Amino acid sequence: MSTLEFTTLVAIGSLLAGMLGALTGLGGGVVIVPLLTLAFGVDIRYAIGASLVSVIATSSGSAAAYLKEGFSNMRVGMFLEMATTIGAITGAYLAASTPTRAIAIIFGIVLLYSAYSANKPPKDLPTDEPPDRYATLLKLDGSYPTAVGEEHYHVRNVPAGFGLMYVAGVLSGLLGIGSGAVKVLAMDQAMRIPFKVSTTTSNFMIGVTAAASAGIYLHRGYIDPGIAMPVMLGVLAGALIGARILPGARVQVLRLVFSLVIAALAVEMIFKGVKGSF
Amino acid sequence: MSASQAWGDKRFEVMIGKLLRFGVILAAAFVFAGGIRYLIHFGGAAPDYKAFRGEPGALRYTRQIIHDAVDLDARGLIQLGLLLLIATPLARVAFSVIGFALEKDWMYVGITLIVLALLIYSLSSS
Repeated sequence: MSTLEFTTLVAIGSLLAGMLGALTGLGGGVVIVPLLTLAFGVDIRYAIGASLVSVIATSSGSAAAYLKEGFSNMRVGMFLEMATTIGAITGAYLAASTPTRAIAIIFGIVLLYSAYSANKPPKDLPTDEPPDRYATLLKLDGSYPTAVGEEHYHVRNVPAGFGLMYVAGVLSGLLGIGSGAVKVLAMDQAMRIPFKVSTTTSNFMIGVTAAASAGIYLHRGYIDPGIAMPVMLGVLAGALIGARILPGARVQVLRLVFSLVIAALAVEMIFKGVKGSF
Repeated sequence: MSASQAWGDKRFEVMIGKLLRFGVILAAAFVFAGGIRYLIHFGGAAPDYKAFRGEPGALRYTRQIIHDAVDLDARGLIQLGLLLLIATPLARVAFSVIGFALEKDWMYVGITLIVLALLIYSLSSS
């Protein structure tokens, strides 16, 4: 295979990944690493570097659309960002000393969880409890616009959410993904933030988190221009196309199919990791 | 909460969104231009990414990347685009400092500065 063929195939694969990621809300990053390692035999460290770059591209590229909606909570985002960036830097340093087969196994487990959690229907848990002490202190409570006026919400379990966000950051830095599934777990399940607010706030955080580890990956020589180039351009183009056709798409079927693909990739990564072929 | 909320002012957020999109387009343009040159020069060669070697210093450090990009070196141009892309979230955080300062929310100016410092640390560490 020549470099031209390799670049073309990786760009097409990344385009499909970006499109499906945008349509299903799973993000394009989750399949880039399995695609590059399993289908193209790329070393997992190069694959993670390229994936991180694509995560930043989708986050920053779609920020305009998200910010227009006015659902994101900047204080929640910035406060939790402290946890995710410290986590991301920890993860990037851990990546250097973790055996690649262990990274492959952890990756597979996180993929399985992502596929599972994406198919649970989003459900807003009741928030009519008394305000959380830390949430009041940090001014995290907020409101968002609805058809019937402003809807106010209280933020719960701040320390637990902060801790989970640190874990999301570590996974992001170690595996080169956006860790959207763990962020949802922290913000929706633990902190009880309405899912409209948490998804838009999470988009902002994913880019910042990925940037915190991408700098370290770049300086360590994990980001190869020949791989990152088709991945970044492909995922970005795919995400833009996906966002455009999203309103008319039958997302549920697509999400189920994409989740099955992800689960299959996850099993193969775990299997190969255990066998030691990474 | 006061009426002078920068984050309540949608125009501020929309402006940041547009700025980020411009950053991503600029980054993609550099990566694309470098990619064309890269394929012209190396398109026929066989890629080898099975073994991890790590990139040479020229593709790791900001000053050398800029130096190579100015020389229109294919890989240097791609890396410069990627550097610009990594810098877009940093710009977003920097603007958030201004946003919170406009609201006179000094606690969040502090929190945002911590995040900014962590990002700068990551980008400048080697």
